[in-house]
Amino acid sequence: MNERLLGILVDSFPKLLSYGIRVTLPLTALSFALALVVSVAVALVQYANVRVLRQICRFYIWIIRGTPLLVQLYLVFYGLPSVGIKLEAYTAAVLVFGFNEGAYMAETMRGALESVSVGQMEAGYCVGLSYLQIMAHVVLPQAFRTAFPALSNSLISMLKGTSLAATITVMEMFRQAQVINGRVYESLGLYSEVALIYLAICTLLTHLQRIGEKKLAGYGGAAK
Amino acid sequence: MMLEAKNVHKTFEGTEILKGIDLTVDRGDVVAILGPSGSGKTTFLRCLNFLERADSGELIFDGTHVDLHAATRREIAAIRRKTAFVFQNYNLFLNKTVLENVTLGPVVGMKIPRDKARETAVQALARVGMADRLDSYPSQLSGGQQQRVAIARALATGPEIIYFDEPTSALDPELIGEVLSVMRSLAEDGMTMLIVTHEMDFARHVSSKVLFMEHGAVIESGPTQEFFERPREERSRAFIRSILQARE
Repeated sequence: MNERLLGILVDSFPKLLSYGIRVTLPLTALSFALALVVSVAVALVQYANVRVLRQICRFYIWIIRGTPLLVQLYLVFYGLPSVGIKLEAYTAAVLVFGFNEGAYMAETMRGALESVSVGQMEAGYCVGLSYLQIMAHVVLPQAFRTAFPALSNSLISMLKGTSLAATITVMEMFRQAQVINGRVYESLGLYSEVALIYLAICTLLTHLQRIGEKKLAGYGGAAK
Repeated sequence: MMLEAKNVHKTFEGTEILKGIDLTVDRGDVVAILGPSGSGKTTFLRCLNFLERADSGELIFDGTHVDLHAATRREIAAIRRKTAFVFQNYNLFLNKTVLENVTLGPVVGMKIPRDKARETAVQALARVGMADRLDSYPSQLSGGQQQRVAIARALATGPEIIYFDEPTSALDPELIGEVLSVMRSLAEDGMTMLIVTHEMDFARHVSSKVLFMEHGAVIESGPTQEFFERPREERSRAFIRSILQARE
C-alpha cells in the first residue's frame, strides 16, 4: 500500500467514524423507533381484527413491500414537494426508513402475537384483567420475546439501509465517504474503509443481540 | 343458593354440544362434573365464565340474573370477579414469575396495593406449598407445581367459587396426587368448587354432589354417595362400571 493512500485512510478514518456515530447511528435509532411504533400498531390492529383499520394496514404493507426503498426515498424527497409537501432530507429519510421497515416488522410482530397461546388471554380474563391489560402485561411482552431475533435483524438491515439516505443529500457516513473520495479519487480504499466501519457496527449489534437473547431466555422455553 | 345455571345451550358448527344443562350450587358445595369425553363438561364450565358464549341460558349468581348469551362486558366482569378458573394446561403467564403470576390480577386488574397483594399471594402460595419458589418462572416448574401455582393464583383473587377444568389431565401420573391433595384441603376448608374431572376416586371421596353428563345432556345429578352407591339411571351405572373395570 502506498504512503499516500495510507495517509488518506488514516486521515479519513476519524472523520468517517464520527459521521457514523453522530449521524448514521441516530438516524438508525430514530427510524427504528418509528418502525417499532408503526409495526406494533399495525400488528395490533390486525391481531384484534379491527375492521376498516385492518384493510388500511393490509394496503400499507402491500404498497411498502411491493416497491423499492430507493424509489420510496425519491418519491418522498424529490416527488412530494411538487404537491406542496417539502421535507428536510433527514426527516424524509427517517419517515421512509421507519415506515418501510415498519411494514416488514409488522408482519414479524403479527406472527409473534399469534404465537402466544389463547390460554394466556383466557387466564388473564379469569383473574380480572381487561383486554388491554392482558395485552400490555402478558401478550405483548411474550410476543416481543419471540420477535426479538427477527427485530434485531431488522435493526441491522436498517443500519446498512441508511446509507441510501446519501442519495437524498443526507450527510451521513457513506455520503461523507463519497465527498472525501470526490477530492482524492481512492474509491477502493475509501469504500473499503467505510464498509469495514459498517461491518464493525453490525458485528457489535449482533453481539448485543446475543446478549439480549440470553437475557430474554431467563424465563425459559415456550409453553408446554 | 349461590349459583344456578338454567337451560344452557351451545352449538358448535352445527353440532349440539349442550342441550339444556341445569345446575345448582350451594355455598360450600364441591360439585364433580363427570361423564365420558365429548359429553360437553368442559364447554359447560367455560360457558359459566364466558370463555365460551352460550347460545342461550341463564346464570343466577348471588341473586343476580345474567343472560349467558347476551351478557354485557360489565356483567361478565362482575361475574369473573367472583369466580376463578383453573385450566387443564395451567395457563400460567409465561413471562411472569410465580409471585407475579399470583399478584398480577389483584394489582393490575383490581387495583389492590402491591404490598397487600404480595401478602395475600404469599399466603396463597404457602397454602399450595409453593411459597419457596416465588421467583421461579413457570418453565422452571413441573406440571404439578405449575398447577398448584395456578390454584394459588385463583385463590388470591378471593373468589366465591373456583372452576376446575380437568386440573390433573395434563399431568404425569406421579404428579397428580400433589394437586388433588391441595384441592382436597380447599374442599375441607369449605371452598365452593365446580370440578370437571376424570378422577373417580377423588370425585367419590371429596365431592359433595355429582353432575353426570353424556352427549350434552345431564343424565343424573345428586349427592355423591347416592350417585356412586345407588345410581338411578342405567347410563350412570354403565359409566361407573366401565370406570371400575378400566381399573382392573
